[in-house]
Amino acid sequence: MQRKSVGNILLLVLTLCVACMWAFPLYWAVVTSIKPEQEVVTKTTFIPDVFNFSAYYFALFETNLASWYVNSLVTSITVTVVVILISVMCAYALSQIVFPGRRLLYGIILASFMVPSQALVVSQFVLMYRFGLINTWGGIILPQLIVPVVVIVYKQFFDSVPKELREAAKLDGCGDFQILFRLYLPLNWGITTALAIITYIMAWNAFLWPFLVTNSEEMMTVTVGITQVDDAFGVKYARDMAVAILAALPVALAYLLFQKRVTQALMLSSGIKG
Amino acid sequence: MTSERRTKTLTAVLMIAPFVITYLTVFAYPVYKMFALSFTDAPLIGDGRWIGFANYLKLLNQKLFFTSVWNTGYFVLLTVVPNTLVGLGLALMVVRLKGWLQSLALVLFFLPYILPVSVVTQIWEWVLDQQFGIAQYVIELFTGRRISVFRDPIWAMPMVALVTVWWTNGFNLLLFIAGLRNIPADYYEAAMLDGATRWQCFQRITWPLIWPVTALVLTLQLILQLKIFDQVYLMTEGGPFNSTYVLLQLVYREAFRLNHGGLGSAVAVFLFLIIVTVSMLQYQLLRVRGR
Repeated sequence: MQRKSVGNILLLVLTLCVACMWAFPLYWAVVTSIKPEQEVVTKTTFIPDVFNFSAYYFALFETNLASWYVNSLVTSITVTVVVILISVMCAYALSQIVFPGRRLLYGIILASFMVPSQALVVSQFVLMYRFGLINTWGGIILPQLIVPVVVIVYKQFFDSVPKELREAAKLDGCGDFQILFRLYLPLNWGITTALAIITYIMAWNAFLWPFLVTNSEEMMTVTVGITQVDDAFGVKYARDMAVAILAALPVALAYLLFQKRVTQALMLSSGIKG
Repeated sequence: MTSERRTKTLTAVLMIAPFVITYLTVFAYPVYKMFALSFTDAPLIGDGRWIGFANYLKLLNQKLFFTSVWNTGYFVLLTVVPNTLVGLGLALMVVRLKGWLQSLALVLFFLPYILPVSVVTQIWEWVLDQQFGIAQYVIELFTGRRISVFRDPIWAMPMVALVTVWWTNGFNLLLFIAGLRNIPADYYEAAMLDGATRWQCFQRITWPLIWPVTALVLTLQLILQLKIFDQVYLMTEGGPFNSTYVLLQLVYREAFRLNHGGLGSAVAVFLFLIIVTVSMLQYQLLRVRGR
């Protein structure tokens, strides 16, 4: 027994060491961001002598970060709300209403899993151009609205709601829209928050599409915009790190606040029920 | 009776309409258009002439196409299996922790996964900076010199792969932990009573029971990593000497840089077909598992 507990402690220490090493680049980025630019390249200190926030001042007031934030917030929140709304209605119909073609529709949505959206960028770009949406919020948002997995997860959850519930509501004179928004959605509130948070994180983090569809710096999202800071000002690492940290903050906070929901949504979307 | 059915259908149509209309516009139509464009000599914006398979034949004569195929394969090789093994290894370590220590370890390992790609690449460009990067101490230890990793054709792709594993591993870790938690504890207790060693436990209990999750992670990774673009573009732009040029980057180059919408689409179709094939294999594999 004695040997075993020694082994356990060693394993515990090892795990924590690896975890700290894993997270070290993040720590290093934070430390770098609060050093004066000169100190960054002259000495390697793991704890800064003085806290210096000039890099953050630069990031906030001398770059376009503020407008990138607005663009990211508007587009990610819109994507999240619309994705949830159109998917939940579609899933409810697929799950609860018998209508011609519903098996076919479900099959098509399942099959869409296989389509890599990255391969569609050329034709989506042409389409957005025809709509006159290049370099607009609409252009950033539209192609991100189809997330088949949200429909599928919702359908599975609605399938498991007892049928009697819907029958009872019908007898009370509720229409399907009322049943969905007053009964089924509140019943599955947990899963809605999970899917919404993960959709928001994914939309905030999207790179390729916003990168292609925006061409003026004012219209870029945070994820795309921060890659421009380098080019304009030369490499200054404290600034770069401050910009990177500010760009990551909204998703890092969302994750830390809603850890359980984030992991639940990820497991659901990969087919393992959480 | 028929009128009731009609209202039912009408409600259903109203409910699916927003999704279906969006789907047809920004998803189904672009899929069709991708194929259609690939048979034309269209520029990025504007119409082109039908030229049959000429774009595809052109690809076969383009050295950069084969370089991209090769590099994409090389990247897949460098990431898929290592990322799965690292995920399993870390999960085995993390599940043994208890309480808040486990939560802490999980957060530390998972945090990179939710960061935007450009944040990840900026952090690593600083960590790996040739002159001042802190990782250069480690590199110097092994090679005796500092290396500008993203400007060295031998180091560039493995480093992009390393950063990718660091960035995406949290997700695999999560799936493995869920899988490991599903293994009943009495299996291990019974084995321990029979005097099984840790290695035997892993070999006889953990590995066979975790295999379905492993297969899932492997195939998800395969599909994901075939679509590599962002990290490569941000860290190396395909260089040095095209040593990190990948398929999606060829799509970007042909369509958006050289204004060859048709040829770019042909590359996209190629990538599309590979991924659909792999996805179908995955579907079959997971269905077999489900039985």
